[in-house]
Amino acid sequence: MSAGEERWQRANLALACFALDPAALGGIWLRARVGPVRDRFMQGLDLAVRGRNTRRLHPNIGDDALFGSVDLAATLDSGTLTKTRGLLEEPGLLILPMAERAKSGLAARLAGALDDRRGLSLVALDEGAGPEERIPQALADRLAIHLDLTDQRLSDAPDLAIDTDALVEARRLLPDVTVPETAISELAEVAMRLGVLSLRAPLQALAVARASAALSGEIEVDEPDLITAIELVLAPRATQFPEAPPEEAEEPEDPPEPDTPDDTPDEASDEDETPPLPTEILLEAAKAMMPSDLLARLEAGRAARNAPGASGSGASKKGNRRGRPMPSRAGRMGGEARVDLVATLRAAAPWQPLRRRATGIPDRIHVRMSDIRIRQFEEKSDRAIIFVVDASGSSALARLAETKGAIELLLAEAYSRRDHVALVAFRGDGAEVLLPPTRSLVQTKRRLAQLPGGGGTPLASGLKAALDLAELARSKGLTPSVALLTDGRANVDLTGTANRAQAAEDATLMARALRARGMPGLVIDTGLRPTRGLDALALDMGVPYLPLPRADAKAVSAAVETALDPA
Amino acid sequence: MTEPATTGPFPFSAIVGQDDMKLAMILTAIDPGIGGVLVFGDRGTGKSTAVRGLAALLPPIKAVAGCPVNSAVETDVPEWAQVHDHSIVEKPTPVVDLPLGATEDRVVGALDIEKALTQGEKAFEPGLLAKANRGYLYIDEVNLLEDHLVDLLLDVAQSGQNVVEREGLSIRHAARFVLVGSGNPEEGELRPQLLDRFGLSVEVESPKDIDTRIDVIRRRDAYDRDQAAFLADWHDADMTLRAQIVTARDALARVDADDSILRDCAELCIALGSDGLRGELTLLRAARALAAFEGDPAVTRDHVRRVAPSALRHRLRRDPLDEAGTTTRVTRTVEEVLA
Repeated sequence: MSAGEERWQRANLALACFALDPAALGGIWLRARVGPVRDRFMQGLDLAVRGRNTRRLHPNIGDDALFGSVDLAATLDSGTLTKTRGLLEEPGLLILPMAERAKSGLAARLAGALDDRRGLSLVALDEGAGPEERIPQALADRLAIHLDLTDQRLSDAPDLAIDTDALVEARRLLPDVTVPETAISELAEVAMRLGVLSLRAPLQALAVARASAALSGEIEVDEPDLITAIELVLAPRATQFPEAPPEEAEEPEDPPEPDTPDDTPDEASDEDETPPLPTEILLEAAKAMMPSDLLARLEAGRAARNAPGASGSGASKKGNRRGRPMPSRAGRMGGEARVDLVATLRAAAPWQPLRRRATGIPDRIHVRMSDIRIRQFEEKSDRAIIFVVDASGSSALARLAETKGAIELLLAEAYSRRDHVALVAFRGDGAEVLLPPTRSLVQTKRRLAQLPGGGGTPLASGLKAALDLAELARSKGLTPSVALLTDGRANVDLTGTANRAQAAEDATLMARALRARGMPGLVIDTGLRPTRGLDALALDMGVPYLPLPRADAKAVSAAVETALDPA
Repeated sequence: MTEPATTGPFPFSAIVGQDDMKLAMILTAIDPGIGGVLVFGDRGTGKSTAVRGLAALLPPIKAVAGCPVNSAVETDVPEWAQVHDHSIVEKPTPVVDLPLGATEDRVVGALDIEKALTQGEKAFEPGLLAKANRGYLYIDEVNLLEDHLVDLLLDVAQSGQNVVEREGLSIRHAARFVLVGSGNPEEGELRPQLLDRFGLSVEVESPKDIDTRIDVIRRRDAYDRDQAAFLADWHDADMTLRAQIVTARDALARVDADDSILRDCAELCIALGSDGLRGELTLLRAARALAAFEGDPAVTRDHVRRVAPSALRHRLRRDPLDEAGTTTRVTRTVEEVLA
């Protein structure tokens, strides 16, 4: 069976488990782009949860829709209090498309509702493109099943087989399913060794194991059920490859060869003598299921953990509830809008005699929906400073240290002013985003400390990475500016080849692209003496050029402040 | 003693481990004057479970039946609240959730639009701060809270009063509450001003010990499977703890703290360079509450030593270049000063 078919079977099983006990499992985090594969999965879901109350949310859903509120239109028309019901008030299945754009506020609310055990469950459809676009961690933690169908081919995804009769039978069995004592400790140990620290995960795994047992008509959780649970719940959450437990003294005499096929019979014969720990079998199952990009994730410094809670979610864009007041405008009540009462009454005033006559009620103020005026506020969006740091060999280590010092000073200031800070470093044959825009001082410091130096100067790649990051920041409602700290001329081009002429051309091209997007910023020359060509580059970028031959951290910080804050 | 409930939050005393967090919460229950508790740490470590469990644990308060701000006596009931029922009843200590992204109106209260529009009446609809008076205000993911809400909370926590002046309303009411915040430091940090408002701060992490973890899972599973039985099992433990808290509250005023203890507190804070005097005061209050909790007649150095990390770790000036972390700094200094 191909990997794709296996994955699809697992999805099928996951769906059956979920349909059996949605409340205990919390839900499914499905990572897949919109397309026929996801449609097939959703068809299966429809079939599996048929008869249940299913509601769709959207990432920008307001509180009145979630929790219910006064139905103002109806209240105004009838003159008696009319309320709408909130989506979270009744038990049922919630579907959240575009889950990667959910704000942390929504995530916290949904997480709270799921925790309350009101019989709610959630299927989060995450359409994120890159690893940094994912659903808020708070939500992912509450959803037992994590499925990634991004690479699933349609040919490997036939219609899902959901046996509704079997579900009915399994639902009858479920309350009687018992869990042997050892199962709990095995799940706990596997979770621990996979580096799954949250204690929700083993509990969810337990629920999946129960559901799996009931589905196969058993009333006791057995090893296959545990393997299912580990595959569906624990393995996708793994943050490390399992190591052998340290207390295991039974080391084989001769060190085992690295996995070669001909080892297998030997191991099998070993197993005959001493049956392996059940945990080991379970771990083997988990290893086969580890996310394929785990190594990449680990190398990237645990992207899973470090991805800010709601990147790609537009969370940074502030609502229109504060800032400089603007004139009131006609609008609808509800949502987060605030009614400007005086303006509303003013709008209603001229109509009073007419409306009194029309309704025959003389003793109250007649306000209609069309009179409602909404307050509006204008707010400056937050600033995001993107530092593009030259970490090439020409930036001697001392200069790199100085640059780091300057950034640390700026960070302290950014922190007090609630600015966002991002870090891009370029060296060798390319650039790397060390940190997407964040306000977390801890993360920035950690990343900065780890920044290595050496190699060529791929200036163009650095600028390109900064541009991409700036565009992303802008789309989230931040105001980005780019601070380039370098001391040398470009000598590595966009493709990563050492070619001075092409490199300079690419750098100029990228600089112009930055200017074309209207990106503010500045170029700081950290070389011992002003570098030829950097001022021209600054001109191409349309930003100030600051030669700082004796750059110390304080001087750089002051320069950035004045250049980015003309006011 | 009350009967065990058949449904309810996970019992506080059934929480495995996390002793720092549990102790900090118990101390604020004994002496609300300590201020709030800030719980920072990993996900799925029982932060919210502890807060919700605490609500069931706290002794009930006596309050005017119809009062929206849980006033203790009739004269405290604010004028704007049209309270008809002035009898004094027992209410559970309020533990109010402040959800992220809650609107300002919902937090401080606002003009009751419905009444204004349908009856032409100008009435005040109390918000979460009113509900939380004399109880707890819990903010999950406090570091993600909108800045303007943070400002507002700081102001109210400082003055103990909520003042609403808008839309032609001029309302004030008492809003004294213990602020409990939880969060994950990787998602953003708290402003120093807000940090300072929390009396105690604890850092929680997932237990690394496999047996502890198994215990957690087993208990939670038991709770999920049969809530009533589990609650009944732990009812006595919870009630014993509640009785201990009540006894400690009574004893609090009688716990001595002599000058040498005050000197210890002051020296500690000077050595750590914590800002202002709030550090010393909180340290002393927490140490006194701990002494009362343990039935000791006077505060000893040991009490101070044990509460010092949670009372001081969030008050240090942030040093961007110190990687060691503030907890280590506090522990080190405590050992030096109280050697």
